[in-house]
Amino acid sequence: MKHLLSTADLSKDDALLLLDTSAQMAATQSREIKKLPTLRGRTVVNLFYEDSTRTRISFETAAKRLSADVINFSAKGSSVSKGESLKDTALTLHAMGADAVVVRHWASGAPAQLAHAGWLDAAVLNAGDGTHMHPTQALLDAFTIRRHLVGLRGGGADRDGVGSDLAGLKVAIVGDVLHSRVARANVRLLHTLGAQVTLVSPPTLLPVGVEAWPCRTSYDLDATLADWQPDAVMMLRVQRERMSGGSGAFFPSPLEYTRYFGLDGRRLALLPEHAIVLHPGPMNRGLEISAEAADSDRAVIVEQVANGVAVRMAALYLLLAHTEAAHTEGTSL
Amino acid sequence: MTTTYVLRGVRPLGGDPADVVLAGGVIADVAAPGAASVTDRDAAGAPVDVVEIDATDHVLLPGLVDLHTHLREPGREDAETVASGTRAAAAGGFTAVHAMANTSPVADTAGVVEQVWRLGQEAGWVDVHPIGAVTVGLGGERLAELGAMADSAARVRVFSDDGKCVHDPILMRRALEYVKAFDGVVAQHAQEPRLTEGAQMNEGVVSAEIGLAGWPAVAEEAIIARDVLLAEHVGSRLHVCHLSTAGSVEIVRWAKGRGIDVTAEVTPHHLILTDDLARTYDPTYKVNPPLRTAADVEAVRAGLADGTIDIVATDHAPHTREDKDCEWGAAAFGMTGLETALAVVQDTMVDTGRMTWSDVARVLSSAPARIGRIDTGAAPQGRPLEVGEPANVVLVDPSATRTVDARAQATASGNTPFAGRELPGRVVATFLRGRATVLDGAPVAAPAGSSAGAPTRGGHR
Repeated sequence: MKHLLSTADLSKDDALLLLDTSAQMAATQSREIKKLPTLRGRTVVNLFYEDSTRTRISFETAAKRLSADVINFSAKGSSVSKGESLKDTALTLHAMGADAVVVRHWASGAPAQLAHAGWLDAAVLNAGDGTHMHPTQALLDAFTIRRHLVGLRGGGADRDGVGSDLAGLKVAIVGDVLHSRVARANVRLLHTLGAQVTLVSPPTLLPVGVEAWPCRTSYDLDATLADWQPDAVMMLRVQRERMSGGSGAFFPSPLEYTRYFGLDGRRLALLPEHAIVLHPGPMNRGLEISAEAADSDRAVIVEQVANGVAVRMAALYLLLAHTEAAHTEGTSL
Repeated sequence: MTTTYVLRGVRPLGGDPADVVLAGGVIADVAAPGAASVTDRDAAGAPVDVVEIDATDHVLLPGLVDLHTHLREPGREDAETVASGTRAAAAGGFTAVHAMANTSPVADTAGVVEQVWRLGQEAGWVDVHPIGAVTVGLGGERLAELGAMADSAARVRVFSDDGKCVHDPILMRRALEYVKAFDGVVAQHAQEPRLTEGAQMNEGVVSAEIGLAGWPAVAEEAIIARDVLLAEHVGSRLHVCHLSTAGSVEIVRWAKGRGIDVTAEVTPHHLILTDDLARTYDPTYKVNPPLRTAADVEAVRAGLADGTIDIVATDHAPHTREDKDCEWGAAAFGMTGLETALAVVQDTMVDTGRMTWSDVARVLSSAPARIGRIDTGAAPQGRPLEVGEPANVVLVDPSATRTVDARAQATASGNTPFAGRELPGRVVATFLRGRATVLDGAPVAAPAGSSAGAPTRGGHR
């Protein structure tokens, strides 16, 4: 793996290596000294063309826990806002010797261009591009699902489910699939790991062409929860602007959306006993998820944040240090 | 001294070999091989150069006519000029192009269209026929002075807001009605604007997967359906620009069956490329209308073969490097096409057995000239290869192949989607009224002050 651009690029072995490495990283995070020397002397640039405080600090934390030098390059307060091209920014980062570029961009495909246009030779990690992909989010979701539904529930020796895939598990992803890079990333990764996925959405928020995705679709959340009995329910954030735009609005009102697609206490009760609730954050409480559902003991939303750091540590480690480590006998975390 | 060209053993329209003599600006003789009569004196007795060209196995076509070219001048001379764009046209085998109106300033007045027309005359590579904007500033709000443009020295007959759709139905109706007074035609860029806000590529399986905003086929088809019915209602002539979907072909087929006076064009790129190329996120493949699916490509090929689609037009759309060397979402729409159009038509339609060279002459020369109403008058184009007709011809070696090199092209821009791709056929020579604009595959600069020999046309209605 040279870059992490899309979960569609990951083989099952790649995905399991990432998840198993994440488990090792997570284990180090319960130590008193959380910092590892692994990436000492390496430079990781967080290149953010969109505001995303939580994703940026998650990557920043991950890189710092691995002892990398971190540079935050934000579209605001830099030459980007004065109209520097992606190409010139990339050439600049190359000249400064960046080893990895973590990029969040409003344009679908921008990370792929950074990786393949020949502008720089750093490893590129996609931290979310347009409405395309958000691979580390999908990995942290899969990690969280595996931990709860394979590791802890399996009662086996390994509470993280190391080595296991997600075969047989059922995951419902609910909300604005059309504009969601989280949904696209999860559908591919969960399919690769053997889970079944049902997308639940109003028809206006499912993309034309979704029929080619390796998943089922439904317009009926109640029926999906009651009849399909998913093991995990992932609620997607609904952007406020989807309800405005007059005749172009995607649904009639927030109240109607919540009525049909919001997760509340009543719907929570339809789920099997062991089912968990995920949300990539930030949540719109009262819109796609009620406070009761968000705060219930089924919700693993805060844990997702913690797992995000471990997953991003694993991704940085595997892209920057893994090949060296493989040749250095006895290297351990 | 003028030059007489003798094309030995050439195959007019791909037919039996013949000798063709180009002298005095016209096709002077078409004779059996070896039987052409050539003199070294012109009609007035003055000496002429005689150049013999061994054209064995080469195909002779009437000079190609493009109904849809963006020359970018005035305004975006950094992407293309009338001179560089028409040089590229000649290199591609064209002897006439219609220059789209979306320049800066917009070609919406007699002054601007006359400027473009004059620049074409000065460049001398091909005849440049400006297209006039339908609405002021391409704003879609009120009619431009179509009559003044029709009456100008440029004698505009094709009107288009290309790049933007004339979406207001009453405005479109008025335009269709108004151009009847001077036998004009409205060339519609069929794109329902509300259905395509922010659109980046064809809406379908690929857009869903790669997360680019979709440009649905229905946004094109709905406008074409409306417009053919409007044209029928007011008894006017409609031309559909760059039709790109299977559904559009069906609608035009239906309209023609009803006797509606509609013509349609397809671009070379829609005959060969699909939306799968968007997976590269390389903005070279970003174009409007977008590349569609393999099923659409098959439908437009079938429509071109059966005559539902009348012509191939390039939609040559040069852009600067900086407008393409960026994120897909930030990049400009469009790709160049003048220098690859004939090769793509040969590849997709001739070499596949779906069309003859005679059909190629129809879709790339006589039909576009007829739609643009430049097939008659003082400097007619798209004429048959017959003695006495103007010597607007292109000599093609269909057995040659070449690998497209963006930097070696005559256009000032590098945004060809065919870079690195091998395409069949080679334009060996292009003649504009008997003067070689291309010889041995290379553009030949016009002698100073020749002004391409085009007679000046006065305004008349």
